[in-house]
Amino acid sequence: MNNTLCIDSQDISFESGQSIMQAACAAGVFIPHLCFHPDISPHGSCRLCMVQVDGRLLPACTTPAMAGQKIENNTDSLNAQRRLVTQMLFVEGDHICPGCEKTGNCQLQAVAYFLGLLEPGLPQMYPTRNIDASHADVLLDFNRCILCELCVRASREMDGKNVFAIGGRGQHAHIVINATSGRLKDSALSIEDRAVDVCPVGALMKKHQAYQKPIGQRFYDQNPIDQKGDANSHQRGEKT
Amino acid sequence: MNKKLKLATTSLAGCFGCHMSLLDLDERLLALVEHVEFDRSPLTDKKHLDHCDLGLIEGGVCNAENVEVLKDFRQHCDILIAMGACAINGGIPAMRNHFTLEECLKESYLDGIGITHPQIPNDAELPPLLNQVHPLQEVVKIDYFLPGCPLSADAIWHFFQALLQHKTADLSYTALHYD
Ligand code: SF4
Ligand code: SF4
Repeated sequence: MNNTLCIDSQDISFESGQSIMQAACAAGVFIPHLCFHPDISPHGSCRLCMVQVDGRLLPACTTPAMAGQKIENNTDSLNAQRRLVTQMLFVEGDHICPGCEKTGNCQLQAVAYFLGLLEPGLPQMYPTRNIDASHADVLLDFNRCILCELCVRASREMDGKNVFAIGGRGQHAHIVINATSGRLKDSALSIEDRAVDVCPVGALMKKHQAYQKPIGQRFYDQNPIDQKGDANSHQRGEKT
Repeated sequence: MNKKLKLATTSLAGCFGCHMSLLDLDERLLALVEHVEFDRSPLTDKKHLDHCDLGLIEGGVCNAENVEVLKDFRQHCDILIAMGACAINGGIPAMRNHFTLEECLKESYLDGIGITHPQIPNDAELPPLLNQVHPLQEVVKIDYFLPGCPLSADAIWHFFQALLQHKTADLSYTALHYD
């Protein structure tokens, strides 16, 4: 009864124990995000879901929903901050969309479209990172990894395998693979793993599945992410 | 009384795809030239740039001539627009930034598959290559960005319509794409 909060002057009810993000998702209110997944414990790292809760800037995915909260979400100033965060993700990786298998189905791209991003805004870093194509069914292109840790968490929590972790710090942070050789083919990863489905971008991908849909029919081609939802919800439902 | 806008266009490190989209305006080109007059452009073959209201630039910057042309455009155009993915973030040509210039040249002209007369071109007419490909805004100030690889004719059309009404172009969801 009393479990009601307010997002951008819309009252929504929530269940005890839910985060603001979970409550918003259940009510069909879109809060931009990349590292959140409804079935995986939250991580609070991508910083896209920052909302103003009673005047304080907090991540919606790790902040518990509480009765009476007044939350600002889809505002010009929050979206301006989100644009900057998204621009940083674009320039620090190697996001040449026309050459990426994920294009049209990519959540980073979709968030950028939602925010109306026209340009990188910051100097391109053009990193040179590796590609691990050793696995028969799965490819990992480190150049496009946004360090959301979804694969890390999915492997640990859903697959019970611990295939991935993040190593290094700051600019040198990167995914590491649990195998003595450090390569995917020697890890416990299999194509059925949930970890393979959750990557929001074109970093961890199934092989032999690219470019199946023509332009115009891809997941985010016609409608924006606030209507379509997460890229990985579609990956699970649709592929093989 | 309605003075026509003067427009210059050029393709730097691009594939001419964005200029193809300009041609894809089809019959809308006729409506466009009612309001717009082309100055230097591959469409006019005019080599010299006069003062223009608007410059549309396709492609990023990959060699010394690109830098020169881009600076010339900045000097002569009141509004400069980066048109398409390569102009905005380097695009496909910037994929060479993973390698040294030497590696690129060796692969293309000496060691690559199917090369019959291996030699690195070094004619004095050829502009020297830059070590990396750069987006336009890392060299000059850019006033507006129109993404797409290529950007669609609809996006170009929408941009001109907004411009002629002195409005900022607000691309529709389907006209805004990075591929
Ligand atoms: S991962 Fe997404 S944003 Fe990055 S290059 Fe691929 S489609 Fe573009
Ligand atoms: S590989 Fe994908 S899921 Fe894993 S951390 Fe990188 S972006 Fe996230």
